[in-house]
Amino acid sequence: MYDVLIIGCGIVGAAAAFELSRYDLKIGVLEKDNDVANGATKANNAIFHAGYDSVPGTLESKLIVKGLRMSKELCKKLDVECKDIAAMVVAMNEPQMEKIRHLVEQGKANGVEGIRLITREEILEREPNVNPAVIGGLLAPEAGIVNPWELCIALAETAVRNGAEVMLSTEVKAITKKDGIFVVETNNGTYEAKYVVNAAGNWADRIHAMVGGKGFTQHYDAGEYFLFDKNQCSQVHSLVFACSVEKGYKGTTILPTVHGNLLAGPNFYRVDEPDDVATDSERMAILKQRILEVVPTINFREVIRTYAGIRPNTDVGDFIIAESEQCSHFINLGGMKSPALTCSTAIAEMMCDILRDCGLELKKKDHFIDTRKRIVFHLLSEEEKKAVIAENPLYGQVVCRCETVTEGEIVAAIHRPIVPRTVDAIKRRCNAGLGRCQGGFCGPKVVEILARELGVSPVDILMDEEGSYILTGPTKEVH
Amino acid sequence: MKNYDLIVIGGGAAGMAAAVSACKNGVESVLIIERDDALGGILNQCIHNGFGLHYFKEELTGPEFAERFADMVRELPIEVKLNTMVLEITEDHKVKCMSSKDGYEELQAKAIVLAMGCRERTRGAIDIAGDRPAGIMTAGMAQRFVNMDGYMCGKKVLILGTGDIGLIMARRMKLEGAEVVGILARGSYPKGLKRNVVQCLEDFGIPLYLSHNITNIIGKHRIEKVIVAETDAKKEVIPGTEKEFDCDTVLLSVGLIPENELSKGAGVELDRKTSGAYVYENMETNIPGIFACGNVLHVHDLVDFVAAESDKAGAAVAEYIKNGEKGGDIFTVKNGDRVSYTVPQKIRKDNVGKAGVDICFRVPNIYSSVRISITDGEKEICGFNRDYMEPGEMEKVRVPGVLLDKASGDTLTVSIVDQEGK
Repeated sequence: MYDVLIIGCGIVGAAAAFELSRYDLKIGVLEKDNDVANGATKANNAIFHAGYDSVPGTLESKLIVKGLRMSKELCKKLDVECKDIAAMVVAMNEPQMEKIRHLVEQGKANGVEGIRLITREEILEREPNVNPAVIGGLLAPEAGIVNPWELCIALAETAVRNGAEVMLSTEVKAITKKDGIFVVETNNGTYEAKYVVNAAGNWADRIHAMVGGKGFTQHYDAGEYFLFDKNQCSQVHSLVFACSVEKGYKGTTILPTVHGNLLAGPNFYRVDEPDDVATDSERMAILKQRILEVVPTINFREVIRTYAGIRPNTDVGDFIIAESEQCSHFINLGGMKSPALTCSTAIAEMMCDILRDCGLELKKKDHFIDTRKRIVFHLLSEEEKKAVIAENPLYGQVVCRCETVTEGEIVAAIHRPIVPRTVDAIKRRCNAGLGRCQGGFCGPKVVEILARELGVSPVDILMDEEGSYILTGPTKEVH
Repeated sequence: MKNYDLIVIGGGAAGMAAAVSACKNGVESVLIIERDDALGGILNQCIHNGFGLHYFKEELTGPEFAERFADMVRELPIEVKLNTMVLEITEDHKVKCMSSKDGYEELQAKAIVLAMGCRERTRGAIDIAGDRPAGIMTAGMAQRFVNMDGYMCGKKVLILGTGDIGLIMARRMKLEGAEVVGILARGSYPKGLKRNVVQCLEDFGIPLYLSHNITNIIGKHRIEKVIVAETDAKKEVIPGTEKEFDCDTVLLSVGLIPENELSKGAGVELDRKTSGAYVYENMETNIPGIFACGNVLHVHDLVDFVAAESDKAGAAVAEYIKNGEKGGDIFTVKNGDRVSYTVPQKIRKDNVGKAGVDICFRVPNIYSSVRISITDGEKEICGFNRDYMEPGEMEKVRVPGVLLDKASGDTLTVSIVDQEGK
């Protein structure tokens, strides 16, 4: 019997597990995929938002400034790549400028520190590659960039170290309530719990419906992105947003990532299914033009990857953080679209308050772990590099040459609390395959290391989700 | 800090040939740094034959060709560091590298040869829309799985791009029992060598689709099908010509990119046309004492030419260590009409002997009955007739020293012109 079962281990579910693991509780997290951070958490623009987009009065607006501060602090404690960087929204015409003046007022109402209008001259001084046709913009100095999946992994891992359990490849099929106890049926056995937290992202309305819940319906608002080689990274130095006058769309962003690449996107379109992340060449051609209108110097020959993600939006349009009106002790964390990544820790804190109000006793543990340390080889000084190789020679063997990822880091990742079993899971933890050759060289080596460390055949190693097999069998055995 | 006369970055064909040549020409302490666990580079996974016809005058497989050079390396006093990654090269010839065995090291060389080879262009670089399932990989990665690791990576294979690795892998997958449903050329002619088109596709009945491209990849977890359409003269998709291929694998053979990230760090200037260094006639880059050869300089179609070019680089290293930097007047080699690039891009007049200087280049299209014309201003200093030229075959001409002496300007232009009367 679990005190709390959390459904979904994206950034919101992981933050919920981490917050709850402060207390003397039995916590379980059910994740349908074979790794955490595998939905919207892995396909977004990796930003900590400053908070001027949120309409005053909404839940979003109440959590954003606090969430930004909490998330940044947590990144430091949990050893997650995160960098303070200013956000800039630029206008190319008067209607956009009008919107920007409104955003500045909104930002001030939400308590966004240092937000102000800036002139064309200041924009071009800070960002010389921005289109000189820009007429003005806003600056919010306190935004940030982050590695979103690493934050999710860090939260989930630390929750596990604090006693929570994360069940991967465990998809919830049905939920019933018997004598006040939830019975959660999955492909992987039945789980019982006193409280259920719905952090199922784009599947949240379907999970809620399992307990007869209604009140919100998902909108699958997708967006596409271009990721560029590191040689394009210095095109911009802040988060440069092309001002969008469309409702619910923050506009295309051009930004340096924490990994040192350049990222540009998203656009905004609606799809029918929560997992329809196919890209479309016509849409992307329009997106490319939109990006070039803002920063004309970007070289699209240097694109190393394109992808799409889906914002877990709903018809409510705001975060939904509340006990279900139809089912008591069932807490929805729904509508977790942007800026949910920024707010995730503040959302989790609010969830704890709701659970307490619902009657769950929250008693703090004596020894709560809230720090994490890992070796990211390429970030070490020369002296530190020498020392770690001397201690463990596997750190001397480079596997991914583009990102300088060592075998030591990969082996360490495989033996951490949430075991990565796929090539993409290794990519998310170690950056192997994230670089310009996109795993062309290190892919076979990563397959070999995973198979060796997990004690399975290379044929069993997947690229990503169930069914994404890489190898079909030994040679000579095709037919 | 350990000192060497020469450090060669990369132990493939180029690196080994340069090291051997330098050593034979009197360079005393030579080190090859190789990131993999054996010398040979990509040759080790090229288990097909067709190597060595020019250089060794006999037909060898890739591993055999590599072994010939590895034997020479072992016979000479050349030091080799395997499983060692170079992290940084500096303008003043310092090399920072690391391995499990020797840890993190900083080495000093009098001269450096860049021989890092190239990497393959990926899906992101060529902008194919659709899902992101497993089963999409570069032809070279598939080659490694099949030939080195002993695993198949697909049963029904579509290949995009007609580079040589794509052609070779079409045959390889077929031989291993996979069905190869087709190979697509984005342009109107195959990119690879003619002999590979014949021996790998025609001999095995593998359908070649000229002027076709992939427009969409479908499959949630593994590829289920691929949508292909015809392309026009500008390589743009022609709407309405789409057809569906039922397959589980797409191999990409859509170009090679010289791996020059280390070179850039050392201040080596790169030519946008080759994505390799600008070099002088002796394979020296703009940084004195740093040389480049093989696929890191420009993508070759035959390893034999890589070896010959690297011999030259090795000899030049010996000369540099003995007599120092070269100076004097310079010809700039310019790409004229119908020439995509040239190597070298600069020629030091005083450094060309009677034997003359080799100029390698490629053409952007297929031409018949043309003349390679090398001009000094308006004046042609030499010309070579060709019945047939195509982008897949690198062209090489030698400009004799006596003819070069006649040139009075500072620019040599290489162009393709019509033969007189044609």
